[in-house]
Amino acid sequence: MRAVVTDLLIDPGQLASEFYARHPHAAVTTFVGFVRDFSKTSQVEDLFLECYVEMASKVLTELGEAAASRFGLKAWHIVHRFGTLPVEDPIVFVATSADHRAEAFSACEFIMDVLKTDAPFWKRERFDDGVVWVTVKGSDKARRVRWVDKDKAP
Amino acid sequence: MEKQVSGEVTITVKFFSLIREAVATEELVLEWSESLSTVKQVKAVLSERGEAWSTALSHPNLIQAVNQRVVFPEENLADGDELAFFPPMTGG
Repeated sequence: MRAVVTDLLIDPGQLASEFYARHPHAAVTTFVGFVRDFSKTSQVEDLFLECYVEMASKVLTELGEAAASRFGLKAWHIVHRFGTLPVEDPIVFVATSADHRAEAFSACEFIMDVLKTDAPFWKRERFDDGVVWVTVKGSDKARRVRWVDKDKAP
Repeated sequence: MEKQVSGEVTITVKFFSLIREAVATEELVLEWSESLSTVKQVKAVLSERGEAWSTALSHPNLIQAVNQRVVFPEENLADGDELAFFPPMTGG
């Protein structure tokens, strides 16, 4: 039941195993996001993830708590990296556990959709001819809006 | 980075991502006063530092946070507050 922001390499397999051992509930979902190697038309060399660490810790903790209360989670864990990451490195790990799969799946999706637009991280991709700050995608905004519920908004 | 004398009534201002790059500043400390008691007023004062500042702080999707919480520009500031300016977030 915690959110971690780190500039160290993470091992999603180990994080998942630890979560299963600690929270052996009926339904557990995990999600891992990796650095993509291709963006629009060019090959990405690496990704710089800037982070407002104090705010990110606060936002991710509140997001985990909001997911727990909204979906009745038994446990959750969010880990997000920052710094310079090579392609295919894991960026983010989310685990949720609940009594039933629907809640575990939805909570994991909710956490990722909100995290994308509400947690203070900024991606800058490096190509062979320079760097570009990533802009918010319309599809990410649309996914975020799906969760807006006046009574239950995070 | 600018730092001012401790013991003053101050506001810490942080900049991230392309806003940080545009103003070439990660953090600065301002002395709090009646005329610097809202986010909007701080933005106006910092915008007077030059074109790079006024352009960056008039970014159409600029977000501001006070004590790590996203706020409207009308938000009041108090001694010791931490204000941050940044563009839309792109985590995950």
